[in-house]
Amino acid sequence: MRRNLWRDTWQFVGGVARLAFTGSGWYLAWLGLLGLLILSGLFAYVQQYRGGLIMTNMRDQVSWAFYIGNFTFLVGVAAAAVLLVIPAYVYNWKPIKEIAIFGELLAVSAIIMSLLFVAVDIGRPDRAWHLLPLLGSLNLPSSLLAWDVLVLNGYLLLNIVIVWHFLFTGFHRRPYNKRFVVPLLLFSIPAAVGIHTVTAFVYNGMAARPFWNASILAPKFLASAFCSGPAILLILFQILDRTTQIRIKQEALEKIAELMAYAMFLNLFLFGAEIFKEYYSGTTHLIHTQYLYSGLDGHRSLVPFAWGSLACSVAAFLLFLVPATRRRMVTLNLGCLLIYTGVYIEKGLALVIPGMTPDTLGEIYDYVPTFTEIRVGAGIFAVGFLVFSVLCKAAVPIIQGTHSPAGDRG
Amino acid sequence: MTSHRHPDDPHGGEESCGGLDRREFLRQTGLVTMAGVAALSCGCTPAFIEDLLRTRFTRLSPRKLDAVLRGLEADYATRYGRAVSVKATPALDGVEFGYGLDLSRCIGCRRCVYACVHENNQSRDPQIQWIQVLSMDRQRGISLEHADHYYDPQQVPEADRFYIPIACQQCRNPSCVRACPVKATWQEPDGIVVIDYDWCIGCRCCMAACPYGARHFNWAEPAIPTAELNPDTHYLGNRPRPKGVVEKCTFCIHHTREGRYPACVEICPVGARKFGNLLDEESEIRYLMREKQVFVLKEELNTRPRFYYFYAT
Ligand code: SF4
Ligand code: SF4
Repeated sequence: MRRNLWRDTWQFVGGVARLAFTGSGWYLAWLGLLGLLILSGLFAYVQQYRGGLIMTNMRDQVSWAFYIGNFTFLVGVAAAAVLLVIPAYVYNWKPIKEIAIFGELLAVSAIIMSLLFVAVDIGRPDRAWHLLPLLGSLNLPSSLLAWDVLVLNGYLLLNIVIVWHFLFTGFHRRPYNKRFVVPLLLFSIPAAVGIHTVTAFVYNGMAARPFWNASILAPKFLASAFCSGPAILLILFQILDRTTQIRIKQEALEKIAELMAYAMFLNLFLFGAEIFKEYYSGTTHLIHTQYLYSGLDGHRSLVPFAWGSLACSVAAFLLFLVPATRRRMVTLNLGCLLIYTGVYIEKGLALVIPGMTPDTLGEIYDYVPTFTEIRVGAGIFAVGFLVFSVLCKAAVPIIQGTHSPAGDRG
Repeated sequence: MTSHRHPDDPHGGEESCGGLDRREFLRQTGLVTMAGVAALSCGCTPAFIEDLLRTRFTRLSPRKLDAVLRGLEADYATRYGRAVSVKATPALDGVEFGYGLDLSRCIGCRRCVYACVHENNQSRDPQIQWIQVLSMDRQRGISLEHADHYYDPQQVPEADRFYIPIACQQCRNPSCVRACPVKATWQEPDGIVVIDYDWCIGCRCCMAACPYGARHFNWAEPAIPTAELNPDTHYLGNRPRPKGVVEKCTFCIHHTREGRYPACVEICPVGARKFGNLLDEESEIRYLMREKQVFVLKEELNTRPRFYYFYAT
């Protein structure tokens, strides 16, 4: 039987939209709150677009900062969400489809956010099309940012296709095509490693910035991403377990937590290796690490964050390491929160800014984000949360099969 | 116009005027569609669309280049209320520029900084200065980490200090060019690293990649008082820049390609600055490389600057 693809697609899109934008008062209020944040971010961005990037506190000395830090963090989230597919396969957890699909949804939202963070950071967004393959003039193979643009967009596309296929077949109550989607899922694993590695290489390749120019950077990126991505999913799975019929096995949660403990150990180990090398050899390059952890000549704006991040990471590591605290939901969730905070600070502030402070000619410029930057950033996070919320909202009934495929009118 | 070739783009600047090649055709079609969509969706200004349809400098045919230059002149004339000429003088054959700076003479007066700002139409507000002069402690020697960027004594030179002016080193192996994701910056045949201000997307990768702090960003719309505008400009050099793009020293490309000296060399009151053709045995720069001992900054990074420092005495 030949199905009418257009009609099916139309019904699917309409059905998803209906599922996504109806719900309890709380849900709609949540969407409303995100809407307000997005509006505020939009207004802040319009101001920035008109006045120029002078509305931020970035200057020639620290020419990348809050925006690019967030970009980096979110690429990590996007990569790690999908990496969860590996244990799901290896341990053959039953609700594999559920776990995979929420990972993919998180990846889609995180990539959208990270691309938006690049978009608000560039001085000439009107010329962003210069970055398009064929139309523009991508500087391949030598520019790492050009590669990053390629792999991030490819990764976004890949995840959209997978999500679309799962939801589309689920919506029409058809079995999903294993031969089509499983290879794509498997491919998304190296692709996830790929996007994070390329993003690390953007920094890593810059000989001008000794703080970034260390081979440990890419492995460290992966290790910390393996912590932060699952942290979000762990919390999401509990919410799903409470509010829907989707059941996530306790055992699966514990396995993820265990995995995160290993990742955090690796992260801390790599951190220690780096700290040893910097302080023991004590070359002039140490100055960036010093700026981060002890401040330079009274410039100390990052110091509390740096120590805070370290404390969060160590505490979370201990919570996840001890089986008793790993099994108790309260301590597990606390651990997730700590990890999230720790990695966010590490990637968002403690990577980009000390890399540029002092600048290449030794000048120290104390950067703190402006209110405009924070509003724009909050707006972008709201976009991501909105995308993630509505996609999850639509995905849950479709996966459970409790929706009505033909729509209201039958 | 062969000198406008991009190193990795053998056809750059030589596209035949008659037929567009297929890729170019597809590109144009795509852009026209995009421009149309953009115009319809947000009621954009013609200038916005013009910018959207721009071709990058290295791919302009001679005829198109001329149209672009005249367009810029008209644009600047209305903006500043006076005539401005924009040229695109190509590199001279058999010329590769090199620079020499005598640290034993420099007195740290910053006259080169201000001359450069005037000559090259750098924004006065927010302030952009292509040359930075660092003051160093004699006890430490050259140590960037301990340099003073904002020294402001009653009188220079100070007894216990010496000075190092730094601008773009016109690297032979420029990390900025490698980092740019859209080929908006490249090395010309005479060694000058240039930026197409109308192609740069302002991502600032090049600024992160440059080891010499040579690149400066237009954080806001640059402001130059009309009376102070230098009307003799070059497309790749000192023409007024738009907001949101990166700029840097070009060895005064508008002068040096016509056989003149850069403004900093002319102004320096103690003759600390030397300039010339590296390919010419008889040039001053080659003379001092032979007779004095020159060195470059951060030689361990293998950027291989064309900017040499030396102590003549
Ligand atoms: S000094 Fe910096 S801007 Fe100039 S060519 Fe070298 S890397 Fe590029
Ligand atoms: S700021 Fe401009 S010149 Fe620099 S890397 Fe980005 S696009 Fe290229």
